[in-house]
Amino acid sequence: MISASTVAAVDLVDVSKSFPGVRALNHVSLRVEQGEFFALLGPNGAGKTTLISILAGLTRADSGTSKIMGFDTIADYRDARRNLGVVPQELVFDPFFTVRETLAIQAKYYGVTKADVWIDEILHHLDLTDKANANMRALSGGMKRRVLVGQALVHKPPVIVLDEPTAGVDVELRQNLWTFIKRLNREGSTIILTTHYIEEAEAMCTRVAMLKKGEVVALDTTANLLRGMAGITVQVSATALPPSWQARAETQASGAVGFTLSGYAELESMLAAFRDANIVIKEMKLGEADLEQAFLRLTSKEAA
Amino acid sequence: MNPLVSPAPQANQTDVPLVVASPVKRHSSPLLGPGFQALFYKECLRFWKVAAQTVVAPVVTTLLYLLIFSHVLQGTAKVFDGRVSYGEFLVPGLIMMAVLQNAFANSSSSLIQSKMMRSLIFILLPPITSLEIFCAYVGGSMVRGLCVGFGVWLITLPFIPASVQHPLWVIAFAAGGSAIMGTLGLIAGIWSEKFDHLSLFQNFIIMPLTFLSGVFYSIHSLPAFWQSLSHFNPFFYMIDGFRFGFFGLSDVSPWLSLSVVMFFVVLLSAVAMRMLATGYKLRQ
Repeated sequence: MISASTVAAVDLVDVSKSFPGVRALNHVSLRVEQGEFFALLGPNGAGKTTLISILAGLTRADSGTSKIMGFDTIADYRDARRNLGVVPQELVFDPFFTVRETLAIQAKYYGVTKADVWIDEILHHLDLTDKANANMRALSGGMKRRVLVGQALVHKPPVIVLDEPTAGVDVELRQNLWTFIKRLNREGSTIILTTHYIEEAEAMCTRVAMLKKGEVVALDTTANLLRGMAGITVQVSATALPPSWQARAETQASGAVGFTLSGYAELESMLAAFRDANIVIKEMKLGEADLEQAFLRLTSKEAA
Repeated sequence: MNPLVSPAPQANQTDVPLVVASPVKRHSSPLLGPGFQALFYKECLRFWKVAAQTVVAPVVTTLLYLLIFSHVLQGTAKVFDGRVSYGEFLVPGLIMMAVLQNAFANSSSSLIQSKMMRSLIFILLPPITSLEIFCAYVGGSMVRGLCVGFGVWLITLPFIPASVQHPLWVIAFAAGGSAIMGTLGLIAGIWSEKFDHLSLFQNFIIMPLTFLSGVFYSIHSLPAFWQSLSHFNPFFYMIDGFRFGFFGLSDVSPWLSLSVVMFFVVLLSAVAMRMLATGYKLRQ
């Protein structure tokens, strides 16, 4: 493990960015310490990819500063980029080259010489050894995604950012990918990811930032965030709903209606409302609140 | 057994660490560092992998031009007061045309393809400087242009053995011309947002200027108006100077042509460097 350090892996201070007609980031400050496994959550258009693009130097912020391992992403862009590996969201590839060529060229861009051993190791861990000499065009989507992960690792960056790394990747591969990324984190790499699969953030990330309309609306450890959102979920199958509860209905699946409640006291009043309205509950399922509920509450207006 | 699905604690104990997570130290870099070498290599490898299309095809096309035009016009078209046969006159013009067109095609198509495929991100993420990107793309274009030019020269030798009187002038204009066109291709590739934009460039700027530059004729054979108009065409100087290297004969002084070429090298390089440094259409 790494020793405690005063240099943050990622340090954003008061960063704003506008695109024509859109305020993509609004005075965002965010500090990620070395060795963290950090998640950026938020609905589409919340500013996650803009934030990553600013860190990577693909987008220039209108104001504010951003640093990677203490290096300013504009003034010291070369050192900042040497310390950063980015797995882009889009499934991009260069159709002219084989998998091995792709990785070797990427390594050379960073000035990494004699990368063969490391590239072999990357290929092995990403289960791509068989495809090393295949043209990029011949790969499936999941394989291309793994090559993208490999490309982000060729220069052994201490900070690794993954933008929706498991989007469109099948379940088995997703497991393998996470095992690999967890291991990188255990060995000291700082991992920052954006994901739509909240259960992934819940299972692996130590801290979570939630973005909404370009602002950080929550920033805490995953555990604290869940505790703050303490509550229960309930799935009800019934012939009808009491009028006073119709507005609270959230999800609807296979004839059941879902509610999020603050606790068991509220469950009692809900059952009372059903009784008063003479509605028979056919089936009911209880569950603990998870990050998804927290996420939904924070990113929708009715904050609890 | 796949190590990725093996139980994590075991893997942790037996495997060597994958990544050393210490900050990469600040180090000074030469003007053209490893980023340039890698990108230059990639640019050359890219066209070489499809050499049938990027080198052989233009050589064959140019040979066809030569055989047909020299066959039809030999004896009828008179150049340099008859001191050079039309076929001989045509060879350097066609070589230079091939050099220029292929140098432009290399940087412009490489850029537009990686923009359309979105794989340009692979060179935007690493610590490559604007100067390194510039030199790599223009360098790659020059190599392709010169490869095709050399190929055309070799293949025309059995048909029309053109003498080379001043090899240094030949090299200077081939290098200068391909640098100009490689740079122009870089500018066009950055500016274009789709293939259509690039073909506008190609069909309305590159093609007319090359065909009206004196590849197929000496501008002295033109009416006065067209003759003076040709002096505003930078391609005319590239081809005229290149031809001087072969025969020691030209429409204008090779020094004037060299000055014009140098002027455009500097001008276009400044434009391209400015685009790269500001991230125009590349970084938001």
